[in-house]
Amino acid sequence: MTARIGVVTFPGSLDDRDTQRAIRVAGAEPVALWHKDKDLKQVDAVVLCGGFSYGDYLRAGAIARFSPVMDTVIDQAKAGLPVLGICNGFQILTEAHLLPGGMLGNDHLHFICRDQKLRVENADTSWTSDYTAGQEIHIPLKNMDGRYVADRRTLDELEAEGRVAFRYLDMNPNGSLNDIAGITNAAGNVVGLMPHPEHAVESLIGTGRTDGLPFFTSILKKLVNA
Amino acid sequence: MSRTPLDTVEHATATPDVELPWAELGLKKDEYERVVEILGRRPTGAELAMYSVMWSEHCSYKSSKVHLRQFGEKAPQSDAMLVGIGENAGVVDVGQGYAVTFKVESHNHPSYVEPYQGAATGVGGIVRDIIAMGARPVAVVDPLRFGAADHPDTKRVLPGVVAGIGGYGNCLGLPNIGGEVVFDACYQGNPLVNAGAIGVMRHEDIHLAKASGAGNKVILYGARTGGDGIGGASILASETFDDAKPSKRPAVQVGDPFQEKLLIECTLEAFAEKLVVGIQDLGAAGLSCATSELASNGSGGMRVTLDDVPLRDSTLSPEEILMSESQERMCAVVEPEKVDRFLEICDKWDVIATVIGEVTDGDRLEIFWHGGKIVDVDPRTVAHDGPVYERPYARPDWQDALQADDANKLPRPGTSDELKAQVLKLVGSPNQASKQWITQQYDHFVQGNTVLAQPEDSGMIRVDEESGLGVAIATDGNGRYAKLDPYTGAQLALAEAYRNVATTGAKPLAVSDCLNFGSPEDPAVMWQFAEAVRGLADGCLQLGTPVTGGNVSLYNQTGEAAIHPTPVVAVLGVIDDVARRTPVAFQEDGQLLYLLGDTREEFGGSAWSQVIHDHLGGLPPKVDLERERLLGEILISASRDGMIDSAHDLSDGGLVQAVVESALLGGKGARLVVPDGLDAFTFLFSESAGRAVVAVPRSEEVRFNDMCGARGLPVTRIGVVDGDAVEVQGEFTLPLTDLREAHESTIPGLLA
Repeated sequence: MTARIGVVTFPGSLDDRDTQRAIRVAGAEPVALWHKDKDLKQVDAVVLCGGFSYGDYLRAGAIARFSPVMDTVIDQAKAGLPVLGICNGFQILTEAHLLPGGMLGNDHLHFICRDQKLRVENADTSWTSDYTAGQEIHIPLKNMDGRYVADRRTLDELEAEGRVAFRYLDMNPNGSLNDIAGITNAAGNVVGLMPHPEHAVESLIGTGRTDGLPFFTSILKKLVNA
Repeated sequence: MSRTPLDTVEHATATPDVELPWAELGLKKDEYERVVEILGRRPTGAELAMYSVMWSEHCSYKSSKVHLRQFGEKAPQSDAMLVGIGENAGVVDVGQGYAVTFKVESHNHPSYVEPYQGAATGVGGIVRDIIAMGARPVAVVDPLRFGAADHPDTKRVLPGVVAGIGGYGNCLGLPNIGGEVVFDACYQGNPLVNAGAIGVMRHEDIHLAKASGAGNKVILYGARTGGDGIGGASILASETFDDAKPSKRPAVQVGDPFQEKLLIECTLEAFAEKLVVGIQDLGAAGLSCATSELASNGSGGMRVTLDDVPLRDSTLSPEEILMSESQERMCAVVEPEKVDRFLEICDKWDVIATVIGEVTDGDRLEIFWHGGKIVDVDPRTVAHDGPVYERPYARPDWQDALQADDANKLPRPGTSDELKAQVLKLVGSPNQASKQWITQQYDHFVQGNTVLAQPEDSGMIRVDEESGLGVAIATDGNGRYAKLDPYTGAQLALAEAYRNVATTGAKPLAVSDCLNFGSPEDPAVMWQFAEAVRGLADGCLQLGTPVTGGNVSLYNQTGEAAIHPTPVVAVLGVIDDVARRTPVAFQEDGQLLYLLGDTREEFGGSAWSQVIHDHLGGLPPKVDLERERLLGEILISASRDGMIDSAHDLSDGGLVQAVVESALLGGKGARLVVPDGLDAFTFLFSESAGRAVVAVPRSEEVRFNDMCGARGLPVTRIGVVDGDAVEVQGEFTLPLTDLREAHESTIPGLLA
């Protein structure tokens, strides 16, 4: 058996097809979800992919958070549904308060697209169990608003509870506090990060690395073994 | 232009003596008289608006048409060509039932006035051309040219242009996989912002811009029509900038990439359900262009009710609505029974769609406003029968002196230390330096099919996940070569783009071009244009790569000073399996370096002559297209059969530039030996065409040499991949760290 993993398409989503492909490459079944539709079609997990939902003219993720599909995603995530937010998806998760903190414009004020080195800090979440803690990986990064910020208390809490899931290595590409690239909720079912694991699943494409595949194999193993 | 009463056809007939502002709209006196002759009366204001934009240089190609005909007349026989010149973009067969459409266009003038929006809407326009053919856009490329890198205005224009391209393209989800960035003082007041796009479709999905079938509905969908870009085509793109005139800022359009993304998705969904008979995007000249082109390419006429056009500004006059260049709009022709479904799809994507007219039995384009008929024309006279100029042209009197000023006679480095210093200076000069600071502002990864992206020789996209079929594209141009000899310069641009595609392992199939020149009213410029077109057409015939379409940008001139003639050539190639592609980066220590082709003392127009001597003179490198073809075949075979692990074409900057780039990208150095019969200087800096450097695994050495020998391609072993420096034996050693510092710090230092 395999797992059904939903990928939400908002108007302005860009990496929905790529994410569906990554899910397929990992051996799971991708299911397309539509922003106007509250129905999650019985999926076992949901990915909110990258892009500029609704144009992101107000603030990244600010409008998507109020879309019909998010009503269901928020309810079910609180009940344990695994949810991964990549880039714009991460921004939507913070806007939806499923993850703490928020994202500001990159400190250098430019869009940045690069092969980014990361350290996996937490390999115990639903989406990271196929990594080992401390593992160093390269995942493409591409964003305009990637500077993670939170108040001091939240940062301390994240650090103390081991909820910083990924940290930038070698260089901080956007001014994120504590070099944070991605975080998890306390339960470990909701993970968000700015880099794009779905762009690192095939050896021939993009940077030629497959360091992003474990995101999708992690969740598949968890769901199949559940 | 609003007049009372409404200037209908009836009113125009009754008031033949009313003076219309044809000159202000950019028409010449004889052109206006021709309009009156065609109509048999004075035009209405709305008709005048349409003729003036459609007969502008930008839309009608009136100065270039007589020369561009050569691309058709000299077109080589090619089985690959599915749709040729004249449609929104050409279409090429790439096998396995796939077709690829690609095109390059200019957005030069708007990008100087308002860099961000000018560049952004340039991307938007070329992408709509691709959608209008029925294809899903899969990649964009951006050949850019700016004034001197250290000029203060470059710091205004370049960051704005780059942010505009990124801001728009990144938001559409299109990987940016190639292009160029060139600096030269000649582009100071006239930056060249060219934008290219590629789209992929199945053969059966090709769509054309024509309105057929009486009773079919004309649907305008996308953004509302506003006051932006009015007269942009006729005034902005077709006149020389002149400081004395008022600001033209309002004539630049403003883009909304989110709207365009929705337009892409909803158009492709409508195509997939076979709802569309004909389609046209609204770009330059807006509704004037879309309605007259759709009608004149179809079988019947068209009737349009302008009152039904959704407006952003309710005070717009009918003339302004016809001329508006508001972005993110398209026009589709749909059978009546399919209109509801078409509108439903638009609604799903929150795209505004409105039936504004229908195809008629007749052969007239009729447009109504407030119940009155304000346009009644034969659409062909608007879209296709614009004026054609045989502009006078003459070889400029300074050309001989320029060519006599031989770059081969410039002082050369006398010592090894001087040679070393010049290498470091060259690879760190703005034109030769790494453009990573610019390209990292573009998304290369989106869609998950990018096999190669800049700084590779060509961008490469996987088309089919199962078979590995892919396409490659390279764009090249060298205004310095073209200034020295426009005929040869155009062929060198073609040769380089062709070579770049072949170097990555793809077979070149077809050509698109963007021809950037000064004012056609200057006979010297017109001569440059005529020569470049002749060179390109002859070259394409010889290489067997037809021109599928392109774009001409004239009036890139401030006062008397024209830009260098700058034909930019895009070559599209196909590769059966992208797993066989060849990258630029050195892969493994110990691999053998071979130089393919002949090296001569050729420094005219070279990067060395510019960087070291600030010199432009002499003759550009010789072109041998048969040699280019042979070199291409060898590179493709070697890639297919696994004989080479990396390859880099040799162009501006010569061999040393290519080796340094391969070394820095691979993080591996090279030990080079100057071959017999060459001096170190010529070996390193010559820009002879038809050459490439390849890295051959030792296990393939014999096989590779045998292949080159059998086919008669000169091949010279020049060294080995090794260590962490570039060493030229007996001359100098440059550590990669020093080279990296020189190569990668220049652009951020100037622009960040």
